[in-house]
Amino acid sequence: MRSVCEDMNTTPLPRIRVEDVSLGYGSSLVQQGVSFDIPSGEIFAIVGDSGAGKSTLLKAMVGLIPAASGRVLFDGVSLDERMRDGAPPFGILFQNGALWSSMTLLENIMAPMELQDHATPAARPALARFKLALVGLADDGHRYPASLSGGMRKRAALARALALDQSVLFLDEPSAGLDPLTSRRLDALVLSLRDGLGITVVLVTHELASLYSIADRMIFLDGDAHRPVALGRPAELAHSATSEKVREFLAVRAPQVTAA
Amino acid sequence: MSGNALALTAVPLFRSEAEELVVAIPEQGMGFPLLSQPLERFGFEDHGSYTSIRVETPGTWRWSTVDAAFLSNILQRLDRPGEKLTLSGLPAELASLLELARATPRATVPESGARPCITARIGVRTLARVAEAKAFVNLVGEVVLCIPRFFLGAAKVRRAELIEVLADSSSRALLIVAIVNVLMGAILAFVGAVQLKAFGAGIYVANLVGIASVRELTPIVTAIVLAGRTGASFAARIATMQGNEEIDALTTLGISPVEFLVLPRVLALSLLMPLLYVYACAFALLGGLVVAMPTLDISTTAYMAQTQQAIAAANFAIGVLKALVFGALVALVSCHYGLRAPRSAAGVGSATTSAVVASIIGVIALDAGFAVCANALGV
Repeated sequence: MRSVCEDMNTTPLPRIRVEDVSLGYGSSLVQQGVSFDIPSGEIFAIVGDSGAGKSTLLKAMVGLIPAASGRVLFDGVSLDERMRDGAPPFGILFQNGALWSSMTLLENIMAPMELQDHATPAARPALARFKLALVGLADDGHRYPASLSGGMRKRAALARALALDQSVLFLDEPSAGLDPLTSRRLDALVLSLRDGLGITVVLVTHELASLYSIADRMIFLDGDAHRPVALGRPAELAHSATSEKVREFLAVRAPQVTAA
Repeated sequence: MSGNALALTAVPLFRSEAEELVVAIPEQGMGFPLLSQPLERFGFEDHGSYTSIRVETPGTWRWSTVDAAFLSNILQRLDRPGEKLTLSGLPAELASLLELARATPRATVPESGARPCITARIGVRTLARVAEAKAFVNLVGEVVLCIPRFFLGAAKVRRAELIEVLADSSSRALLIVAIVNVLMGAILAFVGAVQLKAFGAGIYVANLVGIASVRELTPIVTAIVLAGRTGASFAARIATMQGNEEIDALTTLGISPVEFLVLPRVLALSLLMPLLYVYACAFALLGGLVVAMPTLDISTTAYMAQTQQAIAAANFAIGVLKALVFGALVALVSCHYGLRAPRSAAGVGSATTSAVVASIIGVIALDAGFAVCANALGV
């Protein structure tokens, strides 16, 4: 584990710190000894084989499920302490969008603002329309989630994740079920949000194209070893990771077309 | 076992040659029955000394999935952790297929195959029920704590959500509540008319219908109708939200699902059930009147006067109280099952069924409690 853990004493206070987290369901342990820091403004990817616990780690980071051990700190403060102030320090895009089906898109974005008393009531519609415009759905605010395509739902969910203007964004498999073109557009949007708003992004992904094009760093969770086996820049790990599984995973790209 | 397999058992399929195990595939292939037999029946012995396996195949042999499964069984028996036997004599494509099946299994905790004894099973189920009851009590507690926040305007409840729930639980339930209660009043009147007419006490049908409806049956029947209609819809809606991660989305926004989803539903049903009860009482009495008038030749005025005389204020007060409690119970039980639903389509179905069944049982059990209390208090 030493190889994939950072020396936490020498780095400045990170935006997110995951300290020796273990995850499990019942008596079975999914991952153990997960530790990493994410500095502000970084796009950090959680990668691994199927069933390795990527989404579980993400859910533990946002407090949806308890970690078996260890802790997660946002700006040096635990999530429970941060939540006492009211609004959480992050927005989250769930794998299937998780938009509230009984509300229009505009209502989906305004509801968190209303419930967390974010912005003045008069400003909320304009703010919500702006978030929808950011994801290219400016004219669809009156529509219900059921009437949208998968890609539109993902983008609308991303707009809702930005509703409270949090500085951290969690994305659970944002490209899952999307065609490559829509997936690339979503990647470009995430990059723009990071570059334009300085948002820190944590994403779970299987998509190598997304990984190479937007992720600054990644952690690889090994489902067989039940622990992380690589932490670093994707392009570097593709060549220098000590784990053969990581190199193999990162090496799978589209085949090269050669002239006949 | 088929005749084919019986014939094969007579022929050993395995023989040892030094450290090599030779598997001789018969002309007709392995056949399904052989897959269910222990390998030892065909001459298999594991000395722990084999380093390779050679498969001898007939000249015209075409391998099938059964052959592959049979060979895979042998490999599973002989392969040691971190040490695989070499395999020869097979077509390349079959060898690569077997390699896939030989892939190192994941390190998982082996599950005990033995079925626990009956006492253990009873214990496990009892603990599950206790956990469920604890969760329900927790939910009730959370809702109670939210109520003052709601009236102080601090609860995170969307007005539109509350109005939608109120509409769904009230105006859309009026017709079915009316039909069921008219019929119930009519049935009571029929039964009463037949019995009381024989004693020349037909007018007391009004007493029977009035007291039975106002005090006992109308609150129960209305609550059961709401459990089947509104409660089921609450459970299904919340269970679907659970499956779609919509409740996770609320939680990650720092919004309590109990405050946002359960509180408006409990308040709506608690508020509306007494109103529905009054409405239902009117229809139950109407049902009794419609039957009593032609069968007993009683005038509307006489029937209504007798009803008014029969129903004491206490009966009505008990009915209103029951309606309020039943409304809260149906909403709480339905939301409880919705929130605890497994995240699947089947989970929505089972949550809905459990919510309706538990609500009906709960309503009847509570009614029995009311009867005992009322009797003790002499009301």
